[in-house]
Amino acid sequence: MSSAVSFQQVTKHYGSFEALKGISFDVEEGSFFGLLGPNGAGKSTLINAMSGLLVPTSGHIKVHGEDVVHDYRKTRRALGLVPQELIADPFFTIRQLLELQSGYFGIRGPEQSKWINELLERLALSDKANSITNELSGGMKRRVLIAMALVHKPRVLVLDEPTAGVDVDLRHTLWEFTKELHQKGHTIILTTHYLEEAEALCEKVAIMQHGEVKALDTTSELLACHPFRYVRVSVEDETQPLSEALKSKLVESDASGYLFKLEKQQSMSDMLGMLHQSGLDVKDIRSRDASLEEVFMNLTGAAQS
Amino acid sequence: MMEFNFSGCWALFVKEVRRFYSVAVQTVFAPVVSTLLYLLVFGQVIDTQIEVFSGLSYSQFLIPGLVMMAILQNAFSNTSSSLIQSKMHGNLTFALLSPISPFEFYLAFVGASVIRGLAVGLGILVIGVFGFGLTFNAPAWILLFAVLSAAMMGGLGMLAGILSDKYDHLAAFQNFIIMPLTFLSGVFYSIHALPEVWQDVSHFNPFFYMVDGFRYGFFEQSDVSVNLSLSVTVAFLVLISAINLILLNKGVKIRK
Repeated sequence: MSSAVSFQQVTKHYGSFEALKGISFDVEEGSFFGLLGPNGAGKSTLINAMSGLLVPTSGHIKVHGEDVVHDYRKTRRALGLVPQELIADPFFTIRQLLELQSGYFGIRGPEQSKWINELLERLALSDKANSITNELSGGMKRRVLIAMALVHKPRVLVLDEPTAGVDVDLRHTLWEFTKELHQKGHTIILTTHYLEEAEALCEKVAIMQHGEVKALDTTSELLACHPFRYVRVSVEDETQPLSEALKSKLVESDASGYLFKLEKQQSMSDMLGMLHQSGLDVKDIRSRDASLEEVFMNLTGAAQS
Repeated sequence: MMEFNFSGCWALFVKEVRRFYSVAVQTVFAPVVSTLLYLLVFGQVIDTQIEVFSGLSYSQFLIPGLVMMAILQNAFSNTSSSLIQSKMHGNLTFALLSPISPFEFYLAFVGASVIRGLAVGLGILVIGVFGFGLTFNAPAWILLFAVLSAAMMGGLGMLAGILSDKYDHLAAFQNFIIMPLTFLSGVFYSIHALPEVWQDVSHFNPFFYMVDGFRYGFFEQSDVSVNLSLSVTVAFLVLISAINLILLNKGVKIRK
């Protein structure tokens, strides 16, 4: 499968600070790709470099084979970005903004008006079409940004923290809409702090930290490669002390009991043995594989130490 | 072959014109009124006491200078305030994500600033023609200097907008550079009325040539040759445009 976006040794320096340290990877056409990492990892810098909002210090970024610096007209037509920061324009209504943005891309006429109406409808903005952005809530502004990103029907949609500060209903609507676009063949690149969203949506994930890619694989492979599985144990008496062996495996404890992590090769019999030796009065035991959040914490936490 | 995104450039130009038109009271009518106050105060007080050019009242002499001052200041304001507002609100991002080249971007912004400068200038000119019997001896020169000067100031406004990180920076640019240079450009006087030293200093002020050339279009009289004024105006327009295009191409303070 061909690449929708290709990063080749991309660096970005701000004085002596290296925001991106030679990033190289490809995003396959038609894929749903997650770009994860803690704050300051370089995700937005990479996305902005891809979109033309900043110029990389070195390296190349290609969108559908075209260089984002030299062939920026083609790459910007192929790319739609929903930026992280909310944007306001006090002079124009939402419909006017969408029409102007269409004009920037050289698209006008009845077909485009129809598409703008469709976007407004799908994003539940029809009744706000004649409002200015300053009159809208944060969630509404986020929808406007999505409409703006889609107004020229880009093949690649980049969503930078699209659900930050958005209520559950809207988040659900956004993901349904995004999944629909993906099914229609759009490539989706997503950054999010809600890792359960990335786990549910993304086929492939890159985890970034300190301007570098720490892990890059399919979501299922990243989860499978995680060295631990997790066991939640509910007990009758939470004041009863844990043995040293159990303490070494403890991740967290709360009112519902304990969460332990076990190496994957370790058998459940070992765990049961340790619980028995501690003399704990066990009510319930549930075992599960790692979540993407735990993979993320393991990768980024290890790198921090 | 060099591609020109005419549609994108036009859409951005229209957006910029509609932006200032949507607040026309502030961007067009207010400057017309405040400039006419100069005419009222200076014109009425000094009208009978000074004859700058032979056969002309002071008010008639003053009006073209005031028109040009308004054109210069408003063309500057349009690009500079639009750009810094767009940076502050973040909506500049929309244009930056589009397939509009730096040249098209520059052309659209400067084009809109020319329209605003001319709109304000025209408002004052109408009063001058009907209220003070102002005539146009060489209208082509008037139009040429009005458009070129507005474009130069639109470019200067863009430069200020690019370099400013906050409104304070822009205010400094406007109050410490633009205002003094426009007030000392011969709007209110002929430089021949100044001491020789100040006459020499005035020759280093590019705005002086714009005012003088513009005034030539009305009276066919000027302090310096109209060709010299045209050359200086064009040279500054080219210089400011070149600096802007270099900054826009590099993305200085815009594509961070």
